[in-house]
Amino acid sequence: MKNIKQSLAVSLWFIFLTFPLMVVKVNTSEQSVQWRWMNILWVGVGIFILSFIWRYALARKEANQMAAQSGQDGQDKPSKIHVLLENPEIRTKAILAFLAFVLVFPWVFDTYQSTIMISALIYVVLGLGLNITVGLAGLLDLGYVAFFAVGAYAYALLNYHFGLGFWTCLPLGAAFGGLFGVVLGFPILRLRGDYLAIVTLGFGSIVKIVLENWSDFSFGPSGIANIERPGLFGMQMDIAGSTTYIYYIMIAMVILTIVVTGRLKNSRIGRAWIALREDEIACVAMGIDMARTKLSAYALGACWAGMVGVLFAAKTTFINPASFTFMESAIILSIVVLGGMGSILGVILGAMILILLPEYLRAFSEYRMLIFGAAMVLMMIFRPQGIISNIRQKYEFKGLKEKSENV
Amino acid sequence: MKRFTLLMAALVAVAGLASPVLAADTIKLGVAGPHSGDLAPYGIPTMRAAQLVVKKINAAGGVLGKQVELLIQDDQCKPEIATNTATKLVTEGANVVLGHICSGATKAALGIYNDAKIPVMSPSATNPGLTQSGDYPNFFRTIASDDMQAKLAVDFAINKLGAKKIAILHDKGDYGKGFAEFAKKFADESGKVKVVLFEGITPGAMDYSSIIQKVRRENADVLIFGGYHPEASKLVAQMKRKRLKTAFLSDDGVKDASFVKVAGKDADGAYMTGPRDLSTIPLNAAATAEYKAAYGEDPGAFFQEGYSAALALLNAIQKAGSTDYAAVTKALRTEYVDTPVGRIKFDARGDAEGVGFSVYQVQKGKFVEIK
Amino acid sequence: MEYFIELFLGGLTRGSIYALIALGYTMVYGIIQLINFAHGEIYMIGAFVAYIVCGVLTIYGFHGVSILIIAGLLAIVYSCAYGYTLEKVAYRPLRNAPRLAPLISAIGMSIFLQNYVLLAQTSDFLPFPSLIPNFAFMEPIAHIIGSPELVILVTTLVTMILLTLLIRYTKIGKAMRATQQDMSMARLVGINVDRVISMTFVIGSALAAIGGVLVASYIGQVNFYIGFIAGVKAFTAAVLGGIGSVPGAVIGGLVLGLTESFAAGYISSDYEDVFAFGLLVLILILRPSGIMGRTTKQKV
Repeated sequence: MKNIKQSLAVSLWFIFLTFPLMVVKVNTSEQSVQWRWMNILWVGVGIFILSFIWRYALARKEANQMAAQSGQDGQDKPSKIHVLLENPEIRTKAILAFLAFVLVFPWVFDTYQSTIMISALIYVVLGLGLNITVGLAGLLDLGYVAFFAVGAYAYALLNYHFGLGFWTCLPLGAAFGGLFGVVLGFPILRLRGDYLAIVTLGFGSIVKIVLENWSDFSFGPSGIANIERPGLFGMQMDIAGSTTYIYYIMIAMVILTIVVTGRLKNSRIGRAWIALREDEIACVAMGIDMARTKLSAYALGACWAGMVGVLFAAKTTFINPASFTFMESAIILSIVVLGGMGSILGVILGAMILILLPEYLRAFSEYRMLIFGAAMVLMMIFRPQGIISNIRQKYEFKGLKEKSENV
Repeated sequence: MKRFTLLMAALVAVAGLASPVLAADTIKLGVAGPHSGDLAPYGIPTMRAAQLVVKKINAAGGVLGKQVELLIQDDQCKPEIATNTATKLVTEGANVVLGHICSGATKAALGIYNDAKIPVMSPSATNPGLTQSGDYPNFFRTIASDDMQAKLAVDFAINKLGAKKIAILHDKGDYGKGFAEFAKKFADESGKVKVVLFEGITPGAMDYSSIIQKVRRENADVLIFGGYHPEASKLVAQMKRKRLKTAFLSDDGVKDASFVKVAGKDADGAYMTGPRDLSTIPLNAAATAEYKAAYGEDPGAFFQEGYSAALALLNAIQKAGSTDYAAVTKALRTEYVDTPVGRIKFDARGDAEGVGFSVYQVQKGKFVEIK
Repeated sequence: MEYFIELFLGGLTRGSIYALIALGYTMVYGIIQLINFAHGEIYMIGAFVAYIVCGVLTIYGFHGVSILIIAGLLAIVYSCAYGYTLEKVAYRPLRNAPRLAPLISAIGMSIFLQNYVLLAQTSDFLPFPSLIPNFAFMEPIAHIIGSPELVILVTTLVTMILLTLLIRYTKIGKAMRATQQDMSMARLVGINVDRVISMTFVIGSALAAIGGVLVASYIGQVNFYIGFIAGVKAFTAAVLGGIGSVPGAVIGGLVLGLTESFAAGYISSDYEDVFAFGLLVLILILRPSGIMGRTTKQKV
């Protein structure tokens, strides 16, 4: 009874809240008002039901938290997926099955599907790259797309002016990305947390504005067309063939990224990043060079964006500054946070969901972004650690474990 | 790694062989443009125009005795999706393509059609480079390019408004900046006016008072603006507020009912270029009537141009006697065809001859063509 | 010289709007260290509600000042209600979550609210009636400063004075300052911290609504997207002044507005935003916590 009363109150509040925007629609040039009273009903009933679900979900979340706190080391309790993945047999089989699926994908589905998949894979690499900066080193970057743009323009311009090919530009794009990471990272080493966020946001817009205005250099808003697709020993390929080819390049790039970031995470520098994220002062006190660690996080994160930017330019064969807006940065950041900061598998899943879902949800095209925004909020409320949370590396004595298992 | 590359080479080779070449028993007309998303209002009228034309032609026996089949693809005006759309149309065996709508998407897709030797005709892509660069011999359009608009605007400013000093602003976008750059070029070449200001404004910014003051300081007679109506209405409103008497002259992105609606009284007296008023051409009225009968509303943007393009493409196939690339493009360049935008054929670069712009002025909330 | 004064006044007008919105960011940040990314959307909703109310009132035959007052008040009421609900729904459940979670939630809310207005109303630009009358005594200098600018400057000044009084002398103001300094301590001395946080959102939203109505009637149009651009600029202003500091937000807003105005006037408006962000980077390099920000000792 109390619940019903509460839900009624909530739904009345929302009816009041949404009244002017949902119900009234004025047309000032024709001097007419359209009253859409039916909307009140939808809002009222919808919110009434939602508030029940909301309360239930919040209560469950709290119960979980309580359980986690009372249980010993509850924070790091691995999820079911983790348990599954820990099992080496299942893990190998899953990876093999997945690899097989990935390799035959372009032959089973048509070119259109492959193209969509390439876009999703591009975001996988972007997500994994940003994961280094944000997930591991804890440096909030709201202008990541700038490095993506640097890579794309590096290839487009080098190709246009000097005729350099895709394979030459791929490492160059990564290098330019990394260089920009250092250049932009250097002045803001001293900044912390949210100051960093706004400055990176500023850098992101500055890069876009420069690309728009400096026409002699970047061809301005009209962009660069006819960028070469990646070549294969000078072979001529039709569109379907080259899409498949790019698809495989992209798969290779994703695997490379996974391997490298996976190794980085457990390396000396990777641990330094995590330490820096957790506590800067303690970290410096322990003798870690803060400037170098931060800069390396920026540069390495930016490298991947630069590299995949080259591929992006090669795939679309046309780029202009409109592709590199703040929204892109926000989406890449959402991939990292939704997927689970620091977790590689999480970021991959996050990218797949955020990029493929809207593609296949074309039917909802109007409501797509609305659902997207709401999903971000709900996800954060009910699973703030992301889809697959990163479990802390635990170090155990191998021998001890084996012994106890043998007994 | 080496094995992988070898495998790749093999796979790609197979893919190359496998691409199908279908025997055509219908004429395939591809239609590409934004049919979903925020730019859909610019693409859907063209799609409907193609449907209307094809229905009519099929009812009359088709082209070369074959029925015409439509292949409709959505590109959302995004370059990265347009390449994909183009791929799909090529693999499905389109003989000619009507589209794309946005200049950027068209640019991205044209290379693919060019490789496949397919003639493409856009009803709306006005970017001058598309025809002038010479990169795309397969490209045609039924709308005049931006440089023609800019030329007209500058000539109007010099001859009719008697301008001595011109200030040129743009919105930093592809379309707006392109228009502004051509306007500057023509103004410089004319030698009769001085361009005292050439700058971009930030779309969506809160106010443009500094730039308005700058126009006043430079004593410009005419302010030419390249861009769309939201910024244009802000500019004219602030000019009125700052009691600036400079004449305002803009492009067809501003010649939109929304401009008059949003700017209200401030819009009065503003000039803009736009496609010539064609409602006197009988075919034009007929096409509009057809649309109204089918959809119960007035046709949207680029409907007439889309209708004309569909007619021109199918007519060229008829005249050429086959769907052969060389024959069709030759027919497009030599044979006149009657369309809702007038009696047209295409020049060597692919621009339609006989399509033009006029200058309009807002008078008491209405666009009035200035002869 | 006249040109300089024109640019100065233009920058001041623009800056005072930035300051109004920036105050919302800075007050929220001061208390719960959250960048409320959806704050710009609250400003947009304020403007939209005012637009709708004006439209309805005009059609039902109201006139002049009565429209201005009713529309303004309703815009404030609704913005406050949205701000309050926003905090309850999107931020309160995240009080103890990882640091980035509320930020993502805020970005999500910003996307959601934009699209909500887009779907419930329209994506078109709508004509906003100029509510501010043209004063006859301003006519001789209208080309330098018009009535709308004057009204914006006066309104902002009055609002800021009221806000300062509120923070300094009222009970809720004192509670806000106490919560900002030490949340758990404030709780210990009997302050209802949740209520203080809600009030902070409400006050910030009211300021945003005032800004929204002023700007919309100044530029004469509204659209679902105006909140985003204004929000980014206001946030920049808040950081520039030292986020968390109320006088800092005002100074930051004015400095940003003047910089943009002079940069556009004397150099080029092509790079207007580059100057704005460049100034931000420069100041943060020299003073990492903004112009008025206190350099707090870090707690380990």
